[in-house]
Parts: sequence; C-alpha cells; structure tokens
Amino acid sequence: MVTLMDKIVIKDLYLQYSDQTESLRGINLTIPANQISVLFGPAGGGKSTLLRVLNRLNDLTDVRAQSGEVLFDGLNILEKSVDVINLRRKVGMVFATPVALPFSIRRNVLYGLELAGEHRPRVLSEALERSLTQAALWDEVKDRLDDPAVALSGGQQQRLCLARSLAQQPEVILLDEPTSGLDPISTSKVEASLQELKQEYTIVLVPHSVQQAARVADMAAFFLQGELVEFSPGKRLFTNPRDKRTQDYVEGRFG
Amino acid sequence: MTSSTAKRQRQQAAGFTLLTVIAALTIFVIVAILAYILIRGVGAVSPGFLFTPPSNGMKAGGIWPAIVGTFYLTLGTALFAVPLGIGAAIYLAEYARESTLTRVIRIAITNLAGIPSVVYGLFGLGLFVLFLKFGTSILAGSMTLAIMTLPVIISTTEEALRSVPQSFRVVSVSLGGTRWQTVRKVVLPEALPGILTGVILGLERAAGETAPIMFTAAAFFLPRMPSSPLDPTMALPYHLFVISTQVPGMPVQIQFGTALVLLVFVVGMNLVATLIRSRARARRQW
Ligand SMILES: Nc1ncnc2c1ncn2[C@@H]1O[C@H](COP(=O)(O)OP(=O)(O)OP(=O)(O)O)[C@@H](O)[C@H]1O
Ligand SMILES: [Mg+2]
Repeated sequence: MVTLMDKIVIKDLYLQYSDQTESLRGINLTIPANQISVLFGPAGGGKSTLLRVLNRLNDLTDVRAQSGEVLFDGLNILEKSVDVINLRRKVGMVFATPVALPFSIRRNVLYGLELAGEHRPRVLSEALERSLTQAALWDEVKDRLDDPAVALSGGQQQRLCLARSLAQQPEVILLDEPTSGLDPISTSKVEASLQELKQEYTIVLVPHSVQQAARVADMAAFFLQGELVEFSPGKRLFTNPRDKRTQDYVEGRFG
Repeated sequence: MTSSTAKRQRQQAAGFTLLTVIAALTIFVIVAILAYILIRGVGAVSPGFLFTPPSNGMKAGGIWPAIVGTFYLTLGTALFAVPLGIGAAIYLAEYARESTLTRVIRIAITNLAGIPSVVYGLFGLGLFVLFLKFGTSILAGSMTLAIMTLPVIISTTEEALRSVPQSFRVVSVSLGGTRWQTVRKVVLPEALPGILTGVILGLERAAGETAPIMFTAAAFFLPRMPSSPLDPTMALPYHLFVISTQVPGMPVQIQFGTALVLLVFVVGMNLVATLIRSRARARRQW
C-alpha cells in the first residue's frame, strides 16, 4: 500500500479575469500524489482555469485578481519570487486542442529538454523512446521520427503532446481533455497508460465526459460555475454523491 | 432557373469581367514601362558600359562607380536598419504590453512611413553630415536611408511575428521556455519568410531613392571608387537624375541604359522576395 502524500494543496483560491467573471470562487482542494484526480463539470466551470493556475500559465492571460494559496510540495507557487521556469518543468501540461510545433516529431518530443539545455545523445534518445511509448505512440512513429509533426493525424498529435510533456519527466501532469479528438481504441490506450503513469506521476485530468471521469478517477472534483461542489474518492462520488447537484449532473439530469 | 438567379449570374459575370479588365490594365501599365525602358536602354548595356567609369563629362563611358555605390549604400542601410528594425518589432510584438507608450511608438512609425524622402535627406544632412561630422559619405547616406527604411521593416516584421499562432508560444512557455527562447526557437523561424520579404521591400525602396542621398552621400562625379565608409560615392538613382537633368547633350541611350540597370537591381530584389515567400509557402504544405 502506497502512502498517500499531498502533492498540491489549494487553499481559498479566487481568480477573476479582467472581464469581471469570477472564474474560481474559493477553491479548497488537496491533490494526492500518484493518483489520478479528475476535475469535471459543465462548460465554464473553471476547470481549465484551475489547471493553468497549477503551472502559472495564467501569467500569459489577462487575470485581474487572484488570491489564496497553492502549495506545491509545501511551497506557495503563486508567490512572485517562485521560479516559474522550474515549476513548469515539474508540472507538465497537455492541452485540449493538440498543438504540434512546426518541427519534426523528434524535436517536438524533445523540445522541453532542448529548452533545459540537455544535449547528451543517450539521454535524448532514451527520453524519446520512453515518452513516446508511454503515450502509446512509439510503434506508429518510430520509423518516421524526422517527419514533420503536423503530418500526424489529430489523434496522433494529441498523443505526441502527451509524450512531449512526459519527456522531461515532470512530477505532475495536467491533462485538459486529452482524448477529446481520439477514437475509442486510442482513448482506451491512453487511459491504460495513465494507469501506469500514475506510479511515477501525479495526474490531474479534465475528462471529456462523465463516463471517462468515472472510469479513471481515483479522486473526483465536481466544478460548477467556479465553485468546487464536491471532492471525493471516485468510487463514492459516482455511486453515492453527497451533493444533490453532483447527483443530478452525474445522472445526466442537468438543466 | 428563375429569372432572378439568371440576373444574379449575369451581374456576377459582369463584375468578374470588370475585375479582369482592371487587373489586365494594371499589368499592362507595368509591362509597358518595363518594355519601354528595356527597348530603349538595352542597346547601351554592354560589359564596357557596366564595368567602366563615365568619361568625357559623362557623355560616354559606363556607370560602374554608380553600381558599386548603390551596392554599398544598400548594404550599409541593411547593416543599420535590419537589426534595429527587427529588434524594435520583436519588442513591440513579443515583449511590450499594450500601453500608451506602445501606441505612441506605433503612431510614430506610421507617420515616419509617410514623410517625403527629401525630408529624410535634409534630416540626414543636418544630423549625420554636419552635426556628427560624417561629411558627405556612404556612412551618412546609409544611416539616412536606414531611418527611412525602418518603418517598413518594423511594421512588416511586427505583422509577420503576430501571424505566428499564439498557441505555439503557450506550448513553448508551458514546457519551461523563457520568452526569449520561445521567440528565438519558435516565433522567429516561423516568421522568417515574412520578415525577409519586408526587409527586402524596404531595402529595395532605399536602393531606388535619390532625395535622401542627394545631400548626404552622393557625388556628382568621382574618378575613383570610394575606399572607406567616410568617402562620398556615386549612386545609380542620383546618377540617373544628374545625367537626365544636369548634363546638356547627354545621349538618351545612356540615360535609358542607366534606368534599365537600376530597374533590374530593384526588380531583382523583388523577385528574390517573391521566391522566398513562395518557397516558404510550398514548405508549409507538409
Ligand atoms: N482568458 C480568459 N479571459 C477571460 N475569461 C476567461 C478566460 N478563460 C476563461 N474565462 C472564463 O472563465 C470561466 C471558466 O472558464 P474555463 O475555461 O476555466 O472553464 P472550463 O471548466 O474549462 O470549461 P470547458 O469545459 O468549456 O472547457 C468561463 O466563464 C470563461 O468565460
Ligand atoms: Mg476547459
């Protein structure tokens, strides 16, 4: 039995974009290490916003006000003095729409290591094969690693992005609807590899459906209009939710 | 078919014909100018014309010093305008937050682009030739032309940078890239064809201008080649101006021959720009 460690502790997190919408309203949430934590709920609930807080990607958007704490291994990453580059190396992110950089497949996967100044060929080739295998893409691309990445299908690009975030071995992976463009077979491949990946990584996932949430969640958080309604172990939340609103949504009775 | 769709199709056909005629007219004017200068000037162009200096009060001989001078001036312009212009555009597009300052900078750039070239010439005379004591020289002329070219280079480069999808930057930053790494590794390479096009169009304009170099760099006649950046030089556009207006009894063929060489220089640069763009586009088809 692995001991459950708190990887990320979110305390009273508020966030407001410049157009006045309060996208996160007092979130308190503890994300355990080596588990899959799922953030789900209707559109506009603040799931993507929260993911972007976790690796400070919101620095690039127009955030008007933000308060609260996000403790990453005990350190508040919202503080100005935090080394964001280092944080982003430790917290990888896969976006809902896959973005292949205009490079070869190889350079895409190794781009994070390139940024970090890694040159040793052995390290690079090891990272390339490992991360592509973990993303269930190695067999499909191993013979054309130097082809342009944009030539891959949408589903392949999505797994390429997963591989790219895995290559520099982060501690946490944030996945925003990583299977939204995938067929059922690739989806189950990715879900299976997530189960393996959680041995090594802490995973925070925004699923593309309630069904997927129920399939993969160790812990599940239900978000509604910027509020965290309920956060429970997945088994409990999907069979026996505490909150009426969670129950309505999970059972598909949402207005 | 109802009569109203028939009418619409007739209107569309008429509109299309009109546009074709306008396009054809434009092309006709360009081709006519090129052909006229080619026909009247090609007889003058020979190795002797290209590679010897003028003689007999410019009524004979060639234009070699002017060709070399225009080459030096264009090169000097590029040396100053390209790093400065691209740097300014990177600052505006990638670093500066939208503010009153950036708005003022943009307004200044737009206005600079509209200033008549002779004003640049006078400005260069005042600042570089007299105040900084560069004298009438390639250095002063290049700097004057560079200032004139900057707005073109800045605005086309900024546009090229902005056309790179924002998602590329977000991905690069999310993987731990600094802003500069992102610019250097992702944004600049993507924008490069657009930037080169802008640079060449700017330099092409610099190569063809007379007024900015008239008071800052150009010499009426020089028996020898410039040997340092502080020397004055002959230049194609100014030479053309001189032999067209200042030399009585000038053989017309030499005038048109000079115009032809200048035109080939400028159109050649334009062709290079087009080539770069179409090759980049072909590569993107991947
Ligand atoms: N860059 C932004 N600027 C302004 N408002 C934003 C921005 N990004 C998100 N919002 C707003 O914040 C709220 C939460 O958005 P967010 O994208 O986090 O929701 P989500 O739960 O991920 O939704 P979805 O399921 O549709 O992806 C929405 O009301 C949205 O309009
Ligand atoms: Mg979202």
